[in-house]
Amino acid sequence: MSERIPILRIGENLVVSVQFDLEDQTVLNLQEDLADQIVAHSARGVVIDISALEIVDSFVGRMLATVASISRVLDARTVVVGMRPAVAITLVELGLSLGGVSTALDLEKGLAKLRASSDAAQR
Amino acid sequence: MSEQADAVDLVDLLSVEGEDLAAAWVREVSGSLGRRVSAAELERELRELYEALVEALRQDAVDVHSEQMSEVRALLTELSRSRARKGFSPTETAISVFALKRVLEPVLRKGSSESVHAYLQLSRLLDELGLFTIETYTQTRDALITAQAEQLLELSTPVVRLWDGVIAVPLVGTLDSARTQVVMEKLLQALVDTGSEQAIIDITGVPAVDTQVAQHLLKTIVAARLMGAECTVSGISPQIAQTIVALGIEFEGIATKASLADALKLALRRSGVDLVAHRDGLR
Repeated sequence: MSERIPILRIGENLVVSVQFDLEDQTVLNLQEDLADQIVAHSARGVVIDISALEIVDSFVGRMLATVASISRVLDARTVVVGMRPAVAITLVELGLSLGGVSTALDLEKGLAKLRASSDAAQR
Repeated sequence: MSEQADAVDLVDLLSVEGEDLAAAWVREVSGSLGRRVSAAELERELRELYEALVEALRQDAVDVHSEQMSEVRALLTELSRSRARKGFSPTETAISVFALKRVLEPVLRKGSSESVHAYLQLSRLLDELGLFTIETYTQTRDALITAQAEQLLELSTPVVRLWDGVIAVPLVGTLDSARTQVVMEKLLQALVDTGSEQAIIDITGVPAVDTQVAQHLLKTIVAARLMGAECTVSGISPQIAQTIVALGIEFEGIATKASLADALKLALRRSGVDLVAHRDGLR
């Protein structure tokens, strides 16, 4: 049984904080858990904090894009926050530009982004 | 004729007129170098070298790389290093060694066929010493160039904060992969450090943009976007705009502005700052 990453609920948003380097199975579990939680809490937004991640491979990069697509289908917006410069450079060199995924510098700015978009949707 | 006898001949040749030769050597070299090296310094350098050379020959040194020549090599290394640092040309550096040959010519005219043989031997040795000098000169120059390139890399990429949440990188000079890598890392780190969501890359000082430079710029912009920041490219001159279109480079989805002022205005608007101009100036 591999580790599972906790998913926290704040209001109508879900927060996932990745604290250690990811293995493939953990990534798949996270994908599954997130989809379940979004439906269970009818969440409107997901924030994935990867500020502790030092190494990202193409698998994790693709996972971020997949999670974003899954949550879009379930009508929730995904924001990836806290990506380190080295990780960003690696992803660019790998040719993964994560099109369709919103990003923010830190958790606070990420939540603000979600709030702004849900405000805009309600108007 | 054994090698030892040769070496003794060489010593004879060099010390036949003793002090006289060293002095002539100094005169010869100072004539070609002008006044960029002080006479006293030159005198000291060449006398030390002369003495070391005679001493080495006395110890039967026949090869530049032999152990007896280590003193000569050390002196030559010092000489060519100081010449390289002061900006002398390779010729001006090597002349210090080759001038000794010219000094010996008048001595030879009076000499016998044996001294001709000795002269040829010495001449070969001096050629080798000359080559050694040039080699050291080149190494010193290379080291200088490498050091300067590194300094340039550090100096040339400042990241400045224009406003709360707005940073800018004014790029000056030609962009290559190594520089762009440094720029990219510095910019991204500055985004984290200052918590800025807007970055402006100003290329006013970049003389030319080719596909590779554009590729580097695009990579930087995408990386910044991954971290949650927006980039604007500014300072695109008319010529560069034409080049970009002619090369078929697409800055799709990336804001480009002609001037840094326009880019700053856009960045401020994006971060929710309004600029208000008062009609009656200062209030």
